[in-house]
Amino acid sequence: MGFIKGAFNQIADPRLFFLLAVGALLLAVWKREAVASNAVGYGMLALLGVFFVFGTFDANFRLIVTKPDNVPIVGLIFLLLFFVWYSIREGVLNDRRIAAGNGPIEKAESDRVWVWPDLVYTELISLILCSVVLIVWSILLKAPLEQPANPANTPNPSKAPWYFLGLQEMLVYFDPWLAGVVLPGLIIVGLICIPYVDKNPKGNGYYTFTERKAEITIFLFGFAVLWASLIVLGTFLRGPNWNFFGPFEYWDIHKLAALTNVNLSEYVWVRGLRTSYPSLYLVRELPGIILVLFYVMALPVILAKSLFKGYFEKLGAPRYYVTAFLFLMMLSLPLKMLARWIFNLKYIVAIPEIFFNI
Amino acid sequence: MADTKTVAPKEGPATQFWNWLTETQVWTSVFRHDRPDTDRNRVLVMLSNVFLHLHPVRIRKSGVKLRYTWCMGGLSFFLFLSLTLTGLLLMFYYRPTLEYAYTDIVGLREHVPLGIMREMHRWGAHAMVITVWLHMFRVFMTGSYKPPREFNWSIGVIMLVLTLLLSFTGYLLPWDQLAIWAITVGSNMARATPFLGYEGPGAQLLRLGDVPLIHAADDARFALLGGTFVGEGALLRFYVLHCVGLPLGIAVLMAVHFWRVRKDGGISGPM
Repeated sequence: MGFIKGAFNQIADPRLFFLLAVGALLLAVWKREAVASNAVGYGMLALLGVFFVFGTFDANFRLIVTKPDNVPIVGLIFLLLFFVWYSIREGVLNDRRIAAGNGPIEKAESDRVWVWPDLVYTELISLILCSVVLIVWSILLKAPLEQPANPANTPNPSKAPWYFLGLQEMLVYFDPWLAGVVLPGLIIVGLICIPYVDKNPKGNGYYTFTERKAEITIFLFGFAVLWASLIVLGTFLRGPNWNFFGPFEYWDIHKLAALTNVNLSEYVWVRGLRTSYPSLYLVRELPGIILVLFYVMALPVILAKSLFKGYFEKLGAPRYYVTAFLFLMMLSLPLKMLARWIFNLKYIVAIPEIFFNI
Repeated sequence: MADTKTVAPKEGPATQFWNWLTETQVWTSVFRHDRPDTDRNRVLVMLSNVFLHLHPVRIRKSGVKLRYTWCMGGLSFFLFLSLTLTGLLLMFYYRPTLEYAYTDIVGLREHVPLGIMREMHRWGAHAMVITVWLHMFRVFMTGSYKPPREFNWSIGVIMLVLTLLLSFTGYLLPWDQLAIWAITVGSNMARATPFLGYEGPGAQLLRLGDVPLIHAADDARFALLGGTFVGEGALLRFYVLHCVGLPLGIAVLMAVHFWRVRKDGGISGPM
């Protein structure tokens, strides 16, 4: 038993956790024909259920999972797994129909039915079921109320509301101006841009995968891997001092994590060129600034001429550059994560003089 | 003379009462048509009721299937209504001041037998965040944001932000440790806003001679909190936004959202 728990504690480490999530997504997309079977979908849900039942026998696991505000996130994990699987399955089923020349199932169901009674009664039943669930949930689980607010007593860890914990997790890799302001702003802008940069006319109004491979894979990566799984990580696996704790690990407030992170400028000047830092901060940070400018300004152009040539021709310059910029911004998080894990890189550009750290 | 008396089918007292009731002036003033069991009345029921009038008269078969819609948009709307109702009841008992906020919540918890309003409000809010996400996920996976529905997707994104802000502002109101520290962590981000936060990049550049234009007592975080820390000003600001400002905003956008769904051809489906 201890061995199994230890294995889970190891797997849950942010590095493995994130790589496994990416791997799972790629596997689900690649082997979608197999994933679409009921056995896989309900089997995964059952395994997850077994994991949570098994987990609740552990005191540390129980403590964090049954915290009132964390209960909805347990529900979210199940719902998300189900609906990601379900939408892939519907897409695969429709793709088979389309390949056989039948058109998507929604096409076959495009004849009209009366809103009364068909829709009105569906709505009424959903409304009643939703009320029942909400009332039973409210009776069974008390809303949390802790000690009265005390500005002099900071809890450790201090956590934002659960739906912002993905952003709080980003604070490990980026400074607040990026993780808390610029990147969330770009998430909103990026979501709004989706319909305007997506010129693919196919897959409008029905589930499909093959007709929208790239769009769906990117969205699943952003939503399921970056947004949702970082929320799960931030909620269940981050303890005092925002240190990592496995699901079966005691939240020891004295757990030490070595701070060995190094700025890019130190790699270049101190370790590479074996000199001291230049006194002017713009010169000191020049390598990082060039790297960031290359990433934001030059890389989209280079990609347009090489890897993304097809997209550039299909989308046209304005749409392509907006898409490429937003895509690279999204990728900046996993890239910074990898840089941190592999090179212990702290900041690419570090100008604390004007609070400008990347 | 032959006996031609015909025997009318015997009407029970319930039928007689129903017939009398539906012919009264009061009834006919409210309902302008018979029960919707004929095509004509199924049209009329939709056209003569302002709430049902949100719907079209007829709809794609796939549009009423859980398989296609997951019902997540409808549930989000229903949860919003439920939150409005429970929130209204909570407002009778809650005063947003440092003196009373926490004790009023304790009162709701301890003095109301079988009270579940606060629970329904809190769990409903969590549930609404999840249903909104899943609704957007469904809309993405069915490609329903594609023309002609691009603008409605954009409105939906703004409503997602408002949903999160509603939940975030409500999080502070119980005024316990959970509340103020979650809001402290969240609102600390605002002081790193580029140029507008006093610890944000570029804020130092905004100065007149020796006088900084952006400092702790006038930056973005100050505007959000009505102070330099999460205190009385923040509580009042979040209360007003939570109970009045944000619900009004999201209600207006909901009206636009539903109207656009109708105008853009109803629930999405293949062309």
